Amino acid sequence: MNAPIGRVFALVVLLLATVIAFTTYWSVFAAGDLRDNVANRRPLLEAQRVQRGEIRTVDGDLIAVSEPEGTGGREIFVRSYPEGELFGHPVGYDFVDRGRAGIERSENDVLVGRNNEFATIFEQLEGRTQEGSDLTVTLDGAAQRLATQGLAGRAGSVVAIEPATGAVRAMVSLPGYDPNQVRDQFGELNDARGSPLFNRATQSSYAPGSTMKIVTAAAALDSGEFEPDSIVNGNSPKEISGVELNNFGDASFGDITLTTALTRSVNTAWAEVAVDLGADTLLEYMDRFGFNAKPPLDYPADQMLASGIYEKGRLITDGDKIDIGRVAIGQERLAVTPLQMAMVAATVANGGELAQPTFLQEITDVDGRVTDQLEPQIERRVISAESAAELTTMMANVVREGTGTAAALAGVEVAGKTGTAEVNVEQNINQPWFIGFAPVQNPQIAVAVTIERSAGTGGAIAAPIARDVMAELLR
Amino acid sequence: MSARNRELVALLPAALLVTAGFTAVFLVQSNQIDDLSLTYGGFFLGVCVLAHLVIRVRLPHADPYLFPLVALLAAFGLVMLFRIDDELALRQATVFLLGLGVFAATIIFLRDYHVLERYRYLIASIGIGLLLLPRVPGIGEQVNGAFLAINVGPLSFQPAEFAKLCLVIFLASYLREHREVLIVGARRIAGLTLPPLKHFGPVLVVWGASMLMLVFIRDLGSSLMFFGAFLALLYVATNRASFVVIGLVMFLAGAWFFSATVPHVSDRVDIWLDPFADPDGNGYQIAQSIFAQADGGLFGRGFGEALLELPGGGAILPAAQTDLIYALIVDELGLFGGTGVVLIYLLIAARGFKTAVMAPDGFSKLLAAGLTAVFALQAFVIIGGVVRVIPLTGVTLPFISFGGSSIVANMVLLALLLLISDRARRPDRGRPAQAVT
Repeated sequence: MNAPIGRVFALVVLLLATVIAFTTYWSVFAAGDLRDNVANRRPLLEAQRVQRGEIRTVDGDLIAVSEPEGTGGREIFVRSYPEGELFGHPVGYDFVDRGRAGIERSENDVLVGRNNEFATIFEQLEGRTQEGSDLTVTLDGAAQRLATQGLAGRAGSVVAIEPATGAVRAMVSLPGYDPNQVRDQFGELNDARGSPLFNRATQSSYAPGSTMKIVTAAAALDSGEFEPDSIVNGNSPKEISGVELNNFGDASFGDITLTTALTRSVNTAWAEVAVDLGADTLLEYMDRFGFNAKPPLDYPADQMLASGIYEKGRLITDGDKIDIGRVAIGQERLAVTPLQMAMVAATVANGGELAQPTFLQEITDVDGRVTDQLEPQIERRVISAESAAELTTMMANVVREGTGTAAALAGVEVAGKTGTAEVNVEQNINQPWFIGFAPVQNPQIAVAVTIERSAGTGGAIAAPIARDVMAELLR
Repeated sequence: MSARNRELVALLPAALLVTAGFTAVFLVQSNQIDDLSLTYGGFFLGVCVLAHLVIRVRLPHADPYLFPLVALLAAFGLVMLFRIDDELALRQATVFLLGLGVFAATIIFLRDYHVLERYRYLIASIGIGLLLLPRVPGIGEQVNGAFLAINVGPLSFQPAEFAKLCLVIFLASYLREHREVLIVGARRIAGLTLPPLKHFGPVLVVWGASMLMLVFIRDLGSSLMFFGAFLALLYVATNRASFVVIGLVMFLAGAWFFSATVPHVSDRVDIWLDPFADPDGNGYQIAQSIFAQADGGLFGRGFGEALLELPGGGAILPAAQTDLIYALIVDELGLFGGTGVVLIYLLIAARGFKTAVMAPDGFSKLLAAGLTAVFALQAFVIIGGVVRVIPLTGVTLPFISFGGSSIVANMVLLALLLLISDRARRPDRGRPAQAVT
């Protein structure tokens, strides 16, 4: 009877090997999918038990903190946002019933202290429960306040970026929301007028108006086809792509330098420049500045929009289907985010190199060790240093004597460009813009400011806000 | 080192596991190291050493690894139960003591297990009676649709745990006597080797009993375990694979028929096939079992770290102390912990079958093989249910799950295996046993 006993044992080995194989499948191979299964409440319940790290601004304001609720074994942590609406858009929120948004989502792994599997074992051996790391973001509380005050309740957005590092120092989008209210009033916020949950800084599709001429000028200079003193014609009206194009107030400027064309924001001259360069060249430079792709910001991808030319909700990049003369002056079907335009200003300010924009200043673990900090990453060289220097001089002229004088700061030279996209000519509704940077000699800060549906021009409405935010960040 | 000394030394890891496990749970739950865990570990070791002394005196030649392996499982179970609820662990420890008492009593009073052969029909009748008890009005209890427990006063009792012993003893005895006629009298009909009907009668009775169990106690798991053990014994006795094939076909046909007609059984099968169809209702148990395992990953979350309670009260992992305890083990100790537990069962099975191989006479061989098979199958049926190899049923995980009947019955099973093993490994094993003469 010994042979059959051996075979029965072999069968038992087989059966038990099967259950080990199934255990392996569930606990390792299918684990990721199972965690994402909608019926699985564990990840959410688990998240509640972890004390998330704090989020602070670089100047020390406490933005987000986890506070305990309940007692004993049932203790859970709930997020609280002491500054309320001020940082609502960039920082977002984290609530079990509502999910996550903004930095709370993009930096979730850091904030809950999730490390790799092996690090977790060592923590277990130390008898330590999971605790989140603290995050210092690049945002500056004072600048954020000034930018919010500057918009004065009007729908719009301000973005300020440090050119050399890509550090986002301010990001305001109005109407805003208080993340503390998301927990109980998500439905109301979602349906509210003005879409307060929508981050205009990263998701809006605004016409850029004349601020787009910075991209056109960069292409003109860097391609070698034009110099700052190249002569262009600024008469108005002019036929561009078979349709008449006017200058602002239908003013004719005659033969002028490229510098003057920027200082006076001459539409017809820049449209002709773009037609001369050709659609492919201008589109190439747009790509280099970051258009037609989601910005490389450490922020949830579905809360960012790629800037570019849209047709029926889709980006188009075929030069033959585009009226390039009007793209050059920020018209056509061009839709941009304030973040993208701030990146354009920051690139020129940084000698032609685009630094990857980021919110991450510093990560500190529970023991106070700094585990990560801001390390500037250069995304790519967009234009040469010489072209950037020439363009900087041209933009400085805009603020010194052109449309952007309202952005001038005492004792600090500012470079910039205004924009006034016409939304509804009959009712005089515009989208005023200002993008720029300062100081011209050694740029420390670049900004983009825009306001929705305003009667004024970029020079009158947006430039003063940019000036105040830059002044604060240069202090 | 002698067998008994090896056994003594091998008890240390189990005691260490109790100490370390309790320390870890203390640490997580109250953030302190309590020397109480040392007391628990020491007490556990003391009790096991007492049982070891009984083995040392009565069964000096018995397999040295079976008892320490069982102690390891029990240690595992105590730690997991303590982690769920210290009250449960205390009750389980009491039952463990009781189990060891019954274990010692079996070894001391059953001087020669061959006497069991004499009472085989009585034992078989007791087994069938036990199985039917839960359907007796007044004392029977229906849990999750299955009739597995009876209540007598404050005591709850799972008769199937003891019935499995009765059944194995009967079959071992019956097949020992009739195996020759079953083999010799077999006929080939249409290419299939069929056993002689006359001697196959009792075997059909067992099949019928398994089917009855499906209908009466409505538990697919127990009937799978019983019938599997029966087929294993039949195969060992006759070495005829065709008998097993016929048996399996009969069982599957019966199972299919009843799973289509008995609502409770068919529900279990549907849930097994697609637990995520209704993850908050019928499929909740198995879905949560799988989520808990996914939660554990490769190394698990550590003793005491897994999520057990919902914030509003109530358990996220249902029946964590009984049916789903394996899922909790994988959650807290990961794939490594789960594999470790399965390997302990495998080692016990290996020692059990080795005992069967070494056993001197037919009854001993069949009894050892049958007891080992039913034990291993019990582990497979419940773990297989938890990891969704087969439908999830209400069988306990031997020596780990909370439950008195299971511990006590399996302690008797262990005692029988050790009795056989002692006889098998005796230096003078060539001589026939006295009781048989």
